[in-house]
Amino acid sequence: MASSSTSFRVLPGFGLSLGYTLGYLSLIVLIPLAAVFFKAGSLGFEHFWDAATSPRVLASYRLSFGASLIAAAINAVFGLMLAWVLVRYSFPGKRLVDALVDLPFALPTAVAGIALTALYAKNGWVGSVLEPLGIKVAFTPLGVLVALVFIGLPFVVRTVQPILEDLDTEYEEAAVSLGASRWQAFRYVVFPTLFPALLTGFALAFARAVGEYGSVIFIAGNIPMVSEITPLMIITKLEQYDYAGATAVAVVMLIFSFILLLIINGLQAWTAKRTGRAR
Amino acid sequence: MSPTRIILRPLAAALLAIAALGPVSAQADTTLLNVSYDVSRELYKDVNPAFIAKWQKAGGDKLGINQSHGGSSKQVQSVVAGLEADVVTMNQAPDIEALVKNGLVSPAWRKAFPHDAAPYTTTTIFLVRKGNPKGIKDWSDLTRAGLQVIVPNPKTSGNGRYTYLAAWGYALQKSGNEAGARDFVTKLFANVPVLDGGGRGATTTFTQRDIGDVLITFENEATLIDQEVGGDKFDVVYPSLSIEAAAPVAVVNKVVDKRGTRKAAEAYLNFLFAPEGQEIIARHHFRPRDPAILKKYASRFPAVKTFTVEEKLGGWDAVQKTHFADGGVYDQIVVKR
Repeated sequence: MASSSTSFRVLPGFGLSLGYTLGYLSLIVLIPLAAVFFKAGSLGFEHFWDAATSPRVLASYRLSFGASLIAAAINAVFGLMLAWVLVRYSFPGKRLVDALVDLPFALPTAVAGIALTALYAKNGWVGSVLEPLGIKVAFTPLGVLVALVFIGLPFVVRTVQPILEDLDTEYEEAAVSLGASRWQAFRYVVFPTLFPALLTGFALAFARAVGEYGSVIFIAGNIPMVSEITPLMIITKLEQYDYAGATAVAVVMLIFSFILLLIINGLQAWTAKRTGRAR
Repeated sequence: MSPTRIILRPLAAALLAIAALGPVSAQADTTLLNVSYDVSRELYKDVNPAFIAKWQKAGGDKLGINQSHGGSSKQVQSVVAGLEADVVTMNQAPDIEALVKNGLVSPAWRKAFPHDAAPYTTTTIFLVRKGNPKGIKDWSDLTRAGLQVIVPNPKTSGNGRYTYLAAWGYALQKSGNEAGARDFVTKLFANVPVLDGGGRGATTTFTQRDIGDVLITFENEATLIDQEVGGDKFDVVYPSLSIEAAAPVAVVNKVVDKRGTRKAAEAYLNFLFAPEGQEIIARHHFRPRDPAILKKYASRFPAVKTFTVEEKLGGWDAVQKTHFADGGVYDQIVVKR
């Protein structure tokens, strides 16, 4: 933010606000997370390792992280298109469409899961069309992906939209008038500006998808080694009063997510620097 | 982010939480909280007003009973974490034992009421599509290749656990050894295409989503579907041998002593064993303990040979350890399928 020297600040109260930030973060985020690590620590390394790396749990990591990454990528592409349409064009019912984007946020996840399952089951509207083609969605890993795409969509649209609104069409017009093709104008003018926001949306959609339980559980089928997500493994352990085992899986999940989010943030900082804009 | 969204979500959550606790009767002097499992909702909706009427007629103070329902293990966790339940009414003994371990319920809870403190039982049976097109008569038919069997997840649901144990007990009887039982249950679970989290979820998958040839579930759930939801779409099939699922109840000592509600709580649970309570229980398709009432509703409850976990499988502690603990027999079976 501040391109000026660090010793001079326009707004006073740096110490106070930093203290507040750290205090608040500790209370809301760090203390609960520390409790998770502490509980998992009570297991001892061997048990921790057994709990966190049993074959079923490993299969669930693959599904949870794989499906979440794919879902976030799909949302990045189609969310960008949606945001583009919503910002750049005006058409009747635009406000309605704009409001619809938020629906996956507002809907209780269980309702979303039940609705999607009803739709994609072999006797549902969509499922009955896909079934004869040999495509099974409900109760397969593909169903997990569908649910994750559904709940992740608003994150991309809502992060890209404001940047796109601020981006004046002048820049593209200037590029085109200087001889750039439409593709070049998009590729070299519009896209670099949007990319950091798009990455943020991707990261948010991914993080949400990894932790998602309510909507996935109804459509997944929950077959061991095939369609069990990691949050289900945690719930399963909790149901058996195995709190330490549950936190062991949670710790692995947290660490994975944290590393992936760090990479995404790093990528974002790198592209911002490369395109010459200080963050 | 729009401000309405920020306000609406917690509001909705709060409303749900209130709704889950059910209606609070106005100005009751004494209130009881009954923390129960998922599908007993309809039963206690009938039991509570009947008990309150009886209690007040006998000169008791004004009484209100609140209900909380949910997956049984989750409910027990809430009670351990401090939800002030005066009584717990569950569908498997390990849930009560978890409360004993935490010092909330007396270790002698089985002796506190008749019939090992279980006012009713149910058993695990089959529900098939109308006319039984696949000709399913007994457990042995369920391992046929290509057949789809719907069972709730034994890891997360008491209903699923009873199904697993019923199949195990049947195969143990038939083959006479553990290896035979294990082989049979492995084949059975290889035919399961969906593992729902709970009994109701499995019902939905079978009846609404049209998945599977047979649903294995509790008798009360199967008859409820058969008689009230889709009488012309399903048939009930009784296997040659099944498991007796007793639903235990207990007074939560720590809470009733603190709130001074012991008398009402004990009277409430005793009512479940009295003829009046047993009659309501029978009407809800649970097998009553009272022989007279069972006889009266005999047409609803065909005779079926059952065994209990204690008789055949060495008790819940052993079952939990060998079968359902992490890395136990169930895990080994499903990982290999």
